[in-house]
Amino acid sequence: MPSQSLNLYLIIALSVFVALVLSVYPLPMDMRWWRPEFVLVVAIYWMFFMPLTVSFFFLCALGLFQDLLEGVPFGQHSLGLVIVGYICILSYQRVRNFSIWRQSAWIFVLVGIAQLTDNWVQGMAGRPLSGIQFLYPALTSALLWPPCSLWLDRLTHRHHH
Amino acid sequence: MMVLVVVGLYTDKLEPLREKLAQLVTPFYQITNVPTRVNDWRKDTFVSQADLKTENDALKTELLIHQRKLQQLASLAAENVRLRQLLNASQMLQDTVLIAELIGVSPNPLSHKVIINRGTKDGAFKGQPVLDAFGLMGQVTEVSENSSTVLLISDSTHAIPVQVNRNGVRAIAEGTGDLNSLSLRHVSANTDIRAGDLLVSSGMGDRFPVGYPVAEVLQVVRDPGKAFLTVIAKPMARLDRSRHLLLVFENRDRASVPGALNIPATTSASSISSSSSSSSSQGGAQ
Repeated sequence: MPSQSLNLYLIIALSVFVALVLSVYPLPMDMRWWRPEFVLVVAIYWMFFMPLTVSFFFLCALGLFQDLLEGVPFGQHSLGLVIVGYICILSYQRVRNFSIWRQSAWIFVLVGIAQLTDNWVQGMAGRPLSGIQFLYPALTSALLWPPCSLWLDRLTHRHHH
Repeated sequence: MMVLVVVGLYTDKLEPLREKLAQLVTPFYQITNVPTRVNDWRKDTFVSQADLKTENDALKTELLIHQRKLQQLASLAAENVRLRQLLNASQMLQDTVLIAELIGVSPNPLSHKVIINRGTKDGAFKGQPVLDAFGLMGQVTEVSENSSTVLLISDSTHAIPVQVNRNGVRAIAEGTGDLNSLSLRHVSANTDIRAGDLLVSSGMGDRFPVGYPVAEVLQVVRDPGKAFLTVIAKPMARLDRSRHLLLVFENRDRASVPGALNIPATTSASSISSSSSSSSSQGGAQ
């Protein structure tokens, strides 16, 4: 049993690490609007399926590290992660029974909310606000959800059986 | 969390913490840089002799052309020194530069920042000007031990003092958040500025060295309804393409700042002697 939970923690750490690397992988300037919120999607996955393993403290720390990594004001991503994390905790029992496409739609809403808080902090930092472009990551994140969740399902189920 | 955001944005109390922790993130940018390095390695390793020969020939031709230009430059530089001595101005010293490699691009689409592989270990400092082969790129805004963040001139929070190379009209070029355009702030309607003018750094504010190309004026719009001209310029530096950047270390002392043209005769006499003594040491560089 302890080795199994150790494995689970390893998988969580690995998935978060991969998401962080992907979140700063260099893209052409114009393509950057379309980058999915990898870290947020992975965090949402773990909030939905391991709500007792992932703490809010972990989300805060992860968000702060992402802020540091991307060079944005401290608190921007952790604010989004904590708000979305709270909604996930409230809704995970329903969302688990959704079909994968309904889950995708739900991811669109959640990432959209996180993008709103992101934009709000960026606005306070003096950046010009973008138009509808800020929702592009929500769209690509929703499209990323099916492959990402199926892949993480496979990783974790392999260890459950 | 909100408190953290506000404290981080409106005070600089979190800055020291951020500088310390910045070392933690360098490995991530090094990891994302691996594919580029592999590609470079592949290009260097699996290359045919014929290709190398062609490249070698091309480089030799190019070198010849540059050498011819350099011959003229030597006499021009000497003439420049003589003229400056006539004007009682001290001689402009050559800046030294350090080559840096780009290892990452800020993932935030609203900000134009890049990450380079030089940090405090190599002497990089906050506010240091950064060039590429074609013009001024930006300035260093955050430094950690072996990487630093460069804010590009096209970022919407960046402004740089420039002057028109043709007639010396000064202005401030602001980033617009668009990689291919800068806009000039508060240019009055009767200013002599037209499309095609080269804007060079003016050295005002002591942040950027004088005379590096910044942008080329693309378009000047005179709208009678507005108090100022709308001037759009295109950055000379290849902001989204250059991978090798130059960090500038300025060798000039305060006396050689262009404002020093007006210093009293006694001081300028001493600055001439200092410049003539330094010109002997600079002889090799020129």
